[in-house]
Amino acid sequence: MGALNFAGRALKNLFSAPATIKYPFEPRVYPEGTRGHVENDMDQCILCGLCQMRCPTKAITVDKGSQTWSIRPFSCIQCRCCVDNCPKKSLSMGLKYQEPGSVKVTKTFELSDKQKELLAAQQKAAAERAAAAKAAAAAKAAGGNAAAKPEAK
Amino acid sequence: MSNRSVVPFGPQHPVLPEPIHLDLVLEDEVVVDAIPSIGFVHRGLEKLVEVKDFNEMAYVAERICGICSYGHGFGYCDAVEHIMNIEIPPRAQYLRTILFEMSRLHSHMLWFGLLADGFGFESLFMDAWRIREKLLDMLEEATGGRVIFSINKIGGMRRDIPKEMLKSFRQRLEDLTEDLKVTVRTLLEDPAVKSRLSGVGVLTADEVETLGAAGPFLRGSGIRRDSRKLGYLAYDDIDFDIITHNDGDTYARTYVRAMEILQSVDIIKQAIEKTPAGEVDVPVKGFPNGEYMTRIEQPRGEACYYVKANGKKFLERMRVRTPTFANIPALTASLRGSELADIPILILAIDPCISCTER
Repeated sequence: MGALNFAGRALKNLFSAPATIKYPFEPRVYPEGTRGHVENDMDQCILCGLCQMRCPTKAITVDKGSQTWSIRPFSCIQCRCCVDNCPKKSLSMGLKYQEPGSVKVTKTFELSDKQKELLAAQQKAAAERAAAAKAAAAAKAAGGNAAAKPEAK
Repeated sequence: MSNRSVVPFGPQHPVLPEPIHLDLVLEDEVVVDAIPSIGFVHRGLEKLVEVKDFNEMAYVAERICGICSYGHGFGYCDAVEHIMNIEIPPRAQYLRTILFEMSRLHSHMLWFGLLADGFGFESLFMDAWRIREKLLDMLEEATGGRVIFSINKIGGMRRDIPKEMLKSFRQRLEDLTEDLKVTVRTLLEDPAVKSRLSGVGVLTADEVETLGAAGPFLRGSGIRRDSRKLGYLAYDDIDFDIITHNDGDTYARTYVRAMEILQSVDIIKQAIEKTPAGEVDVPVKGFPNGEYMTRIEQPRGEACYYVKANGKKFLERMRVRTPTFANIPALTASLRGSELADIPILILAIDPCISCTER
């Protein structure tokens, strides 16, 4: 019985189209949400370094000095931790699987000019704020000292 | 007295997907003893608990094995959740059940193909893997990965499976059922297959129990034991029966696994029907402190996850007892007295997973 059933299927298989897709000629359609590879939108990234901290395999390096974000794709395990922890949503999972290769490469991306300017402006503002706060604290301390001195005498 | 000779079997052998070595002591064509040795793919994953954060360890646990990866990830998370007294929302329980059964289904289909290939039934092998491919597509849609799912985390699921997707899974499984039934029936009713599997490597219920076998190997000898009946996840609410067979031979083991394929489809359909709405994860605070052992039913049998924590970021110990490890003594017992030509079938019938065994 079983063999007869299967003979029907085997015959059908002989004359029907293959179950596989003819890959290079027909594109592979990835389902939405496939964890293929990590992408970073350098127009959004603020180099906060959270992705580097949360990466289980330490595949991501954030260099604030040279303003670059780099990933070692051969160490990446596509766990999606960095994407889930990105505060600016600049990281995302690309659908295409990580390409194979014979050399362990490091992919480095530089911050976009727009983002560089933004960060510089933010740093400047922060420095000004810090300076202002310091000046205020110094003035307060001086005032406090002036008030305290007569008491000490 | 006839001559005795020792034939090495493995670690590289056409029927073995993974390396295990057996020294077969033969008297003419009959095996009188089999001495197994393992250790070819040991990676020391358990030791990694000392250097990986307990949250990150879930990714390591999943990578113990590529076929039972879902169960390993879940088993580890479940143990840590018990230590931390985390109650998982009901929706997450059901989604975990659905995915667990899907992974059982794809694991059994993989075994099905390998067994068919083992005795030279190439078209059945291709047919089983054609069906498995559709299951892998479903798993990729739901979790984002084909082999490593990374969907379990401590405290629930990392992503929700939308209602429409569950509905489409139900429909696609419905469509697959006819296909599956023909494939399964072919294996179980084909006279050539039957004559090859029946009466080979017979072990009685007493023997398998004494030797500590697990999973379909145990149930193939008539013992009704299935960890899913312990009531973890949503298995308590799902109506299913433990599949057993009384013959204790290779055909019986094949029968149990083949029937579990159809049963898994049924369990998934029931679980999809009953999945409640709601959250899929709960926030986790603090570090685990204490110890726990989880028992779950992996596709190959019962697996145990022991976790010991001491209130720090890193765990003290994680230990996994995998079903194939438990099955090796019974496997060597079943090899004794069988013909040399039956060895590949006997080994494939326990669905060996050496990566799990060695970690």
